[in-house]
Amino acid sequence: MNPQKEESKKASTKTKRKKIQFSKFYPDFFIERDWDKCIKCKICIRECTYEAHGWDSKRETLTEDHAKCVGCHRCEAMCPTGALTIRKNPSDFREHDTWKPWFIKNVYKQADTGGVLLAATGCAVPFRNYWDHLVLDACQVTNPPIDPLREPMELRTYLGPKPDKLEVVLEDDKFHLKTKLGPLIKLEVPIMFAAMSYGAISLHVHQGLARAAKELGTLYNTGEGGLHASLYQYGSNTIVQCASGRFGLHVDYLNAGVAIEIKIGQGAKPGIGGHLPGEKVTEEISKTRMIPVGSDAISPAPHHDIYSIEDLRGLIYALKEATEYKKLVFVKIAAVHNAPAIASGIVRAGADVVVLDGLRGGTGAAPTMFRDYVGIPIELALAAVDERLRQEGIRNQASLVVSGGIRCSADVVKAIALGADAVYIGTPALIAVGCTMCGRCFTGKCPWGIATNNPELIKRLDPETAFEKIYNLVHGWAHEIQELLGAMGLNSIESLRGNRDKLRAVGLNEVELKILGVKHAGE
Amino acid sequence: MAFEIDAKELHYRELNKLIRKAIAQGEKHLVLKNVNGQRYIAAGVSAEVDIDIYGVPGLDLGAFMRGPRIRVHGNTQDGAGNTMDDGKIIVEGMAGDVVGYAMRGGKIFVASDVGYRVGIHMKAYMDKIPVIVIGGKAGDFLGEYMAGGIIILLGMYSRYPERPIAGIFLGTGMHGGVIYVRGGVPETQLGGALQIEEVNEEDQKIIEQHLSEYSKDLNYKLEEILAEKFVKIRPKTHRPYGKLYAY
Repeated sequence: MNPQKEESKKASTKTKRKKIQFSKFYPDFFIERDWDKCIKCKICIRECTYEAHGWDSKRETLTEDHAKCVGCHRCEAMCPTGALTIRKNPSDFREHDTWKPWFIKNVYKQADTGGVLLAATGCAVPFRNYWDHLVLDACQVTNPPIDPLREPMELRTYLGPKPDKLEVVLEDDKFHLKTKLGPLIKLEVPIMFAAMSYGAISLHVHQGLARAAKELGTLYNTGEGGLHASLYQYGSNTIVQCASGRFGLHVDYLNAGVAIEIKIGQGAKPGIGGHLPGEKVTEEISKTRMIPVGSDAISPAPHHDIYSIEDLRGLIYALKEATEYKKLVFVKIAAVHNAPAIASGIVRAGADVVVLDGLRGGTGAAPTMFRDYVGIPIELALAAVDERLRQEGIRNQASLVVSGGIRCSADVVKAIALGADAVYIGTPALIAVGCTMCGRCFTGKCPWGIATNNPELIKRLDPETAFEKIYNLVHGWAHEIQELLGAMGLNSIESLRGNRDKLRAVGLNEVELKILGVKHAGE
Repeated sequence: MAFEIDAKELHYRELNKLIRKAIAQGEKHLVLKNVNGQRYIAAGVSAEVDIDIYGVPGLDLGAFMRGPRIRVHGNTQDGAGNTMDDGKIIVEGMAGDVVGYAMRGGKIFVASDVGYRVGIHMKAYMDKIPVIVIGGKAGDFLGEYMAGGIIILLGMYSRYPERPIAGIFLGTGMHGGVIYVRGGVPETQLGGALQIEEVNEEDQKIIEQHLSEYSKDLNYKLEEILAEKFVKIRPKTHRPYGKLYAY
């Protein structure tokens, strides 16, 4: 049943009744204009894609529709005289610890439309953030710290299966590796760019990510929207994704990158598929995804050829066979209750890399209830999966990559100490190119030119700027990681991997400590 | 001259290596004998080549392939034509589950029955329109999530006279493409949000065009197939989620 349709039917048969929209009465934001500074240049009108700013031609003045403001701060940033401030709407409901405005307003929205609450970004509920309860070690007196500016410091990471043992032979006074290694991926920095599809984000951002990955010696991920023709040149820094919708997925695409990621799940919305709304399927997107303009691009919840670990093995090897064993196969799942057992199955199914995406993983569109309440924090999932794979003696058979809520270089270092080989970042890369986390990516109207492919809006962020900003961010993080390693007396990221002794917890209970495999500070 | 490969006791990896090698050497017609469940035959092969298969191919026959024309002289297991891009698979017997999953182009002609989840999320773009023709009956979820392409279901050459022409949830979540069913399908078998209508002249032309090729390939009598009317099943909307959300 579609309540909206029912409503329109009723409206046409009975006399027209004015529809009350409770959700429009209480805007989230308040547009404050300093009339002393405003020069009525109307830039705010042009910049706001949500039409929150208007012009009253009778009174020859600017107007504001607070209800339309999404809090993206574009007008504030672009106003040449600094006349605009976007505030949280100061209007308050009566204080109530259970019925916070968030819940009240959501009820209004659903009462108005009968729809499913939709959101973007990642989990907004303040569940305990374990990164913020973990601290790192440093050398004092007994072993000297290392200064990365003086001494070599290795961040290089190899992704892919490592052999159980290495055999070497001595020939002509030189040692040669006898063990035959499969293909491995070399990363100069253990930070990759998470899957964000062309379609969800603009071509310019994709171009920026691809170039940044190349210059940094790491990888970016196409997401499931296919690969734009202009990006095939970055193949050696590309992970292509095979999700349940299989959009734009053909032989050239599979062979384009160095790895293929089977996306089973996403931290922001475990258990459900993806859906690029028809509004975002423009001419160019249509070409890459190979679907008609304006139609919804729907990815089913499961891959319908995968209903078991056996089936997953089927697809992993179908992909390997189709690409003649030259590509690594990643399998990405959302971190859920049974992640350790599932990860074990994934490794045994033949995946080269297991990707875990946690509760706080980002998205351009997810039902709010999924974004906020489905899945588990990545810190716990990572520790549990790493431990399980070690216990089973198969940790070396696949690399472990984690994502979902990595915000700074210390989070990266902690993730690696907990057992990750590398991390994926998505949201930080978008913030680096100007995202203000307003969370309206699914409208296709992103005023910052990031989560849109409207030909006019994408001009607001050129590929060169996107590249520079993303490159700078990871460059900065990489140096911080070197500093943190040096302080711990390590000269290689390899020595930190799974080295939980370098971590201590502050303020966690015994269960949490046990899962994380970390001692409390002071121990 | 056909190039023959004896698949007896060969692992799929070796078999596929031999197939790729033969194609690279310029062979245009391969005959695979004694195939016995080898997976991924011709997966990802991008070439114009004829492949005759004797025996039963295993999982994901012709997955991701672009171009080969495969004829299976017998039955095939699950996943035939998985995400296939172009080419043709003719199955002279039955095919298992998930035939033509996310298929993007080319044709799959099955002489008799198919299993569950056939033609899920097929899609079409411009003149790339995938086609599946099923001579027998289909299991549950035929054409689920279909975003484009054509499925033609005949129900004539089935080993299961007692079963309905298609299992339940036919076309569930379908938002593009079309399914033609010979003689119609009981409403109990259909998913929601579908439109069932009589075929028009244009539909009839499409049906006859594909069935004429199908009947020639499989030695069926076209007049016999066309003796009964077809119904057309298509989605009510291309934007099933257009009005789903509140924000």
